[in-house]
Amino acid sequence: MILTGADILIRCLKEQGTDTVFGYPGGCVLDIYDAIYRDGTLRHVLTAHEQGAAHAADGYARATGKTGVVIATSGPGATNLVTGIATAYMDSVPLVAITGNVTVSNLGRDSFQEVDIAGVTMPVTKHNYIVKDVKQLAATVREAFYIANAGRKGPVLIDIPKNIQTETCEYEETPRKRHAPRPVSPDSLAAVKAALEKAKRPLILAGGGVIGADASAQLAEFAKRLQAPVCSTLMGLGAYPASDKQFLGMIGMHGTDAAAKAFRRADTIIACGMRFSDRVAGDRAKFRDGKIVVQFDVDAAEIDKNVATDLSVMADLSEIFKALLPQLAQTERREWLKEVAAYREYGEEHAPSALPAYQILSALHSFTDADTPVATDVGQHQMWAAQYCKFEKPRTFVTSGGLGTMGFGMGAAIGACVGTGRKTVLVTGDGSFHMNLNELCTAVSQNLPLVILLMDNNTLGMVRQWQTLFYGKRYSQTTLDRKTDYVKLAEAFGAKGYVLAGEADIEPVLKKAFAEKGPVLVDCKIGIDDKVLPMIPPGKTFDDIITKL
Amino acid sequence: MKKYTITALLANKSGVLTRLSGLFARRGFNIDSISACATEDANFSRVTIVFTGDEYTLSQITKQLDKLIDVKKITLADEKDSVLRELLLVKVSAPAEKRSELIEIKEVYKAKIVDLSPKTAILELTGEPNKLDGFIQVIEPYGILEMARTGVTALSRGEKCLNDLVDYNESI
Repeated sequence: MILTGADILIRCLKEQGTDTVFGYPGGCVLDIYDAIYRDGTLRHVLTAHEQGAAHAADGYARATGKTGVVIATSGPGATNLVTGIATAYMDSVPLVAITGNVTVSNLGRDSFQEVDIAGVTMPVTKHNYIVKDVKQLAATVREAFYIANAGRKGPVLIDIPKNIQTETCEYEETPRKRHAPRPVSPDSLAAVKAALEKAKRPLILAGGGVIGADASAQLAEFAKRLQAPVCSTLMGLGAYPASDKQFLGMIGMHGTDAAAKAFRRADTIIACGMRFSDRVAGDRAKFRDGKIVVQFDVDAAEIDKNVATDLSVMADLSEIFKALLPQLAQTERREWLKEVAAYREYGEEHAPSALPAYQILSALHSFTDADTPVATDVGQHQMWAAQYCKFEKPRTFVTSGGLGTMGFGMGAAIGACVGTGRKTVLVTGDGSFHMNLNELCTAVSQNLPLVILLMDNNTLGMVRQWQTLFYGKRYSQTTLDRKTDYVKLAEAFGAKGYVLAGEADIEPVLKKAFAEKGPVLVDCKIGIDDKVLPMIPPGKTFDDIITKL
Repeated sequence: MKKYTITALLANKSGVLTRLSGLFARRGFNIDSISACATEDANFSRVTIVFTGDEYTLSQITKQLDKLIDVKKITLADEKDSVLRELLLVKVSAPAEKRSELIEIKEVYKAKIVDLSPKTAILELTGEPNKLDGFIQVIEPYGILEMARTGVTALSRGEKCLNDLVDYNESI
């Protein structure tokens, strides 16, 4: 059948299973928006800003495992996506970004709202396209979804000039071609198997790759079979149930003391879908410290990149476990598990504080269930959420790990909420929230059941913490002399707002907030000098952990 | 630190070299030379990249390039197993009284004179980069006015072909 490019695009999105898109209309995507209107079956979530749309598509993908789709117009619409695309790229989130552009004949002439978005996004996408022939459009969209989901997942951008959207060609419906990961031959795992059997004190480090490969259940079986404790990177939280006795919490700069202690004692590290980022590894050169390092990763370039390994398997994590688990005998490691259990029970020390964020976050579980998505922005509140919200299931913690994007939270929470249809929590800070608070209007328009817990300490808390510890308490530009009334702000947008001012407020205010059907903001008045602890200073080792100040 | 030569087959599309050079820049890889050309198949172009580094850099360059969707096949062109060639054009000052000396030198190196003017000559030489370096050293005293080198291009010896390798993006 002969269709216009815009209609072909919509049909191809539906071929790929897309039912929800996030975006913002404009001159060079008018035809695409007209096709969405005429089609009438896609749910389109209109945001306040293209950046919010990109984060929403990302949050949607993280919370559901589906591919996020975002649409923006040419020029500023396209450049507004860039932070969102880069955020998805750093955290390996499957995302397809569609931008309009000026007509092919106007490309390269500095036309109105023209920008070379393919050039701009080259370093932050897995791949990108400029479609210059309508006959190539369908194949390009199909390939983009395939690439976004193959191997290490990530964002792909398709730039579609305006004339391609109106020109016509033959379209034939084609079923979705899904990436089938290559199986791992059991024989290739002999050395790994031997190393695991020889290990006296193995420790599993689980990363976001476990969630990306949907390998959480296999990871749990692996840990049980091996009788090894499990630590998680920030991106891996939820991959292994936090309540399990073998779980020691997050590892790295703001990881638990238990994880640091177990790491120091471990003789074999098994890295599953994690890339030894500087926030985890600290001093790369000292990280190994005589340990055997085994790495499982789907991305060949991650193997030996930051930390040299003794053994590695480059394949889809789920396929590795599929081949490895049947070969692995049930092991007994009572002494080692007893030792780490003691680290776990030791607990954390808390500095005195009028309203500690951890108490608010620890209280959350009585209002949520194991499937509630919790999104965050970036900063102290993010680390507190990582430490104190206990994630039991994958895809429930939605956070910007690699890029550390302040302003990620509002969009991401909207996307997670739209994607799961569940009540969603956003933990944010007053710094991050001010970056993209405009998306409150989106949550209101969509009447989303979103609870925003704003950790309001009138400072850029994480930067202040570094200034306190490493810059002689010179608080350069981090004290926020703002007079924002968050309750009035929420109300002005059409949301509800509450103040949580002291410990006594925690239960009653959270109860009221969680009873709301639509978006609600809770202004949590926490102290300006509350710190995120433990902390390993940047570039240091697990021996340098600071547990109290 | 060692000199490495890698060859790759790329999708013959616009912007592919930008993807390559952008990757070098953002990952901090320093490239000595890069040469690109058409191949027997209109769908592919071929590049030869020479860089100085250690084994870590070699492994990262190869793996990161291989991840690019438009990089189809990539391999290290080992000096023992590959034919490495480069073309040099050099314009030297060649007044009548120096010409016979220049002709003697070019005979030794099997270079060609491809242009002559009353005061200058352009010499052409093909060979391994070391040979070109040596030639340049010898003719330098005559006065090099300008020169152009193509960068190394390489093919593996024997039956082995780059096209026989597996595309990383199809192997995962």
